[in-house]
Amino acid sequence: MQIELIEIRDHLSRFAPFDGLPDETLDDIAQQVEVGYFKAGSDILCYGEPIQDLHYIRSGAVEIYRRNGELYNRLTEGDVFGQFGLLRGKKVRLPARAIEDSLIYFIPGPLFEQLCEAHEAFADFVEAEGQSRLKSVEESQGNASELMKIKVRKLITRRTVSVPLGTSVQDAARVMTEHGVASLVILGPPSTAGATQNQVMAGITTDRDLRTRVLAEGLALDTPVDRVMSPNPITIQADDSVFEAMLCMLRHNIHHLPVVHRQRPIGVINLSDIIKYESQSSLYLVNSIFNRQSVTELQALLPDLRATFLRMVNEQATAHMIGSAMSGIGRSLTQRLLELAEAELGPPPVPYCFMALGSMARDEQLIVTDQDNALVLDNNFDPRVHDDYFLKLATFVSDGLAACGFSYCKGGIMATNPQWRQPLRVWKSYFTRWIEQPNPETLLNACIFFDLDSVYGETELVESLKDLLAQKASQSPLFLASLARNALNRTPPLGFFRTFVMEKDGQQNNIINLKGRGTAPLTDLIRVHALAAGSKAQNSLERLDAIATTKLLTEEAITQLRYALEFLSIVRIRHQAMDLQEGREPDNYIEPEKVSASERHNLKSAFQVLSNAQKFLRFRYPGQLQNRPL
Amino acid sequence: MRRLRTGAPADWPALFAQLAQSARDPRLARFYRAGTVSADTPLEQAPLLALDVETTGLDSRRDSIVSLGLVPFDLRRIRCREASYWVVKPLCELNSQSVTFHHITHSDILSAPALDAVLEPLLTAMAGKIMVVHYRNIERGFLDQAVRHLLGEGLHFPVIDTMQLEARLHPRQRRPGWLRQMLGKQSVSIRLADSRLRYGLPLYQAHHALTDALATAELLQAQTATHYPATTPVGDLWN
Repeated sequence: MQIELIEIRDHLSRFAPFDGLPDETLDDIAQQVEVGYFKAGSDILCYGEPIQDLHYIRSGAVEIYRRNGELYNRLTEGDVFGQFGLLRGKKVRLPARAIEDSLIYFIPGPLFEQLCEAHEAFADFVEAEGQSRLKSVEESQGNASELMKIKVRKLITRRTVSVPLGTSVQDAARVMTEHGVASLVILGPPSTAGATQNQVMAGITTDRDLRTRVLAEGLALDTPVDRVMSPNPITIQADDSVFEAMLCMLRHNIHHLPVVHRQRPIGVINLSDIIKYESQSSLYLVNSIFNRQSVTELQALLPDLRATFLRMVNEQATAHMIGSAMSGIGRSLTQRLLELAEAELGPPPVPYCFMALGSMARDEQLIVTDQDNALVLDNNFDPRVHDDYFLKLATFVSDGLAACGFSYCKGGIMATNPQWRQPLRVWKSYFTRWIEQPNPETLLNACIFFDLDSVYGETELVESLKDLLAQKASQSPLFLASLARNALNRTPPLGFFRTFVMEKDGQQNNIINLKGRGTAPLTDLIRVHALAAGSKAQNSLERLDAIATTKLLTEEAITQLRYALEFLSIVRIRHQAMDLQEGREPDNYIEPEKVSASERHNLKSAFQVLSNAQKFLRFRYPGQLQNRPL
Repeated sequence: MRRLRTGAPADWPALFAQLAQSARDPRLARFYRAGTVSADTPLEQAPLLALDVETTGLDSRRDSIVSLGLVPFDLRRIRCREASYWVVKPLCELNSQSVTFHHITHSDILSAPALDAVLEPLLTAMAGKIMVVHYRNIERGFLDQAVRHLLGEGLHFPVIDTMQLEARLHPRQRRPGWLRQMLGKQSVSIRLADSRLRYGLPLYQAHHALTDALATAELLQAQTATHYPATTPVGDLWN
């Protein structure tokens, strides 16, 4: 006899993971359910007791605790609990207590097992929080991003067109015309290493080079191409993805990228090859950035910048891809502003490097961002003679960036600040002092300098600072401990409850700063481990790769951090995209009622990963308190 | 803790023993022979059966049963797996007014069995249990009438009435309307849905016999969790 328990079935059908089950299955569950009422304050599950059922909250609210009594979660209508115990030894792992009068549906263990067996999504949902669930989310994101999967070599349509060193520029131009190519590889002498003709690339030249370096300069037609080529060009491996090729072109602002297989050039890909793959590529935007002639013209690109961001979100690009592309665009803007500044102010009196700090240096920039930058000047810098120039340069760039939506840094970390417009030796003394005489209070402000990268100018200036940091930091336990202490200042919330953000002490808030409570503390934590590992990487995922080569963290912990970072970032990105689409100024704040049920579960898992990682950091650097100034 | 002041407390085990002897129909005799728990049995050990019938009207002498829902339970768990639900052919005509209540239509009834056909599984489900209903006059009256009609002898069983328990908790309800108005007191509704709300129980679609039986079982769990220790003797609550 088919008995319809309508109220039970209909309620289950509205909540994950039951909402994805077929009707017959829901009828079957409703018929097997047992029901129990719990008065507010009464225990539902006690630690260590045998457990036979999955618990489903029909009405009311329930708190889940850790074994030590610490609050683990607060649940309400439609939430399930007890799965941990059911999946592990059928004993209660996390005790539960009703905090409101609650009606609980008990779903028998054997039925629970059948459901896990028959429905993958159901199993994924109830399985151990953290890795598996976050992983499935990360996999679904980025599936449209073909660019990530396609190898660069697929874009190569013709063999490399090349000439040997010593060829005249006229002959080079003839070869290019015959083959109808815009770029030409110049090969060095054959390698002596093997019998095979492993010819190494010596340089590359382009249509533009011939125009600007030969014709415009009035060089003779028999000038060897060696004199006008770009030597040791940036290359990409044939196995790298199109996305990486795109980033590489973005980052270095080049339109022709030689593809190599074990140092042997096998072809050259052009900007247009990639644009064919992604018709409205962020490269388009970068290209037009470099064609703009004034700050006003650059400012007019702001809507395009936002459109590019939105498009990437809608095309389900990963947070990593979006962060890299946005940083690339930010770099291009900065580079173009510097070009314009130099055009106005004349060439610099001493070499310099314009340095990006924080998210741009990490390649993790989003749409809402401050400008954090500095100038590293050549050691011959004499402030009385040269600083007037660099102050004007810095002001030009900083004002320009502000006009393009990169607001001034509230902490004053900008090249316009004389403290952050200094020759290399002063910068070295800054870094040395920070590392050798660490103090959590000064490091709190200096932290931003530990994500650094060159944007324009003499790259070596910034590289030598990176070297110094990487070498000294790993040798300075006190510095790492102070940095670790700062990384623990901001903690994640516990999760969500109804329309509130749940804090660990049971407090409820109605808004959450997803950067301050999620991505930022996670990035801080990864930075500490990366510096301890002596890594020079800046990007958080690359830092995790570097940490993985040491034994500082387990492979599992690293995988979880990777997923948590991607998930927290993509939620933040999606909410910013939503703000933009609905005509609001995007920010980092999220109202819990705007977070979908599945996002809630995943966010909670990500917060959990962060929380556990912070616990480990505290354990790894217990000495930090000794250093606390009184 | 309040103790219900019932008239002469019924001695159900003795009454059942007596009825087991006198019943002529073998199904009824079997039901009474299964007996019932004694009045001093703690509530937490009592086997309970939530019962609801939907009828063509409110008069048990003129109207008749169209559907029955029952769910066995105890203070800890309501067991949906053992629930039963039947639509039966009423002995009298369905009128359109009652159809709007319980949503059982003429075509549902056409294919339904007569109550006679479900009497045996019904009595088996009830055997040994204390029935739990909301407003006992309906279930007790209609079942007694129906069995009397079919077998020529009535049906008696112990009942815990969740509406009566609510009435005891809200005695003002019993004051005449005009007095209540003068005192400015809001009347406390003891209808099933309103009673449930006071215990934080969810709102259900009313007038489906099985849903109402489930709703009644949940209400008794909530009432006892709130007002009566689990050790309360059933004799304090039943009629």
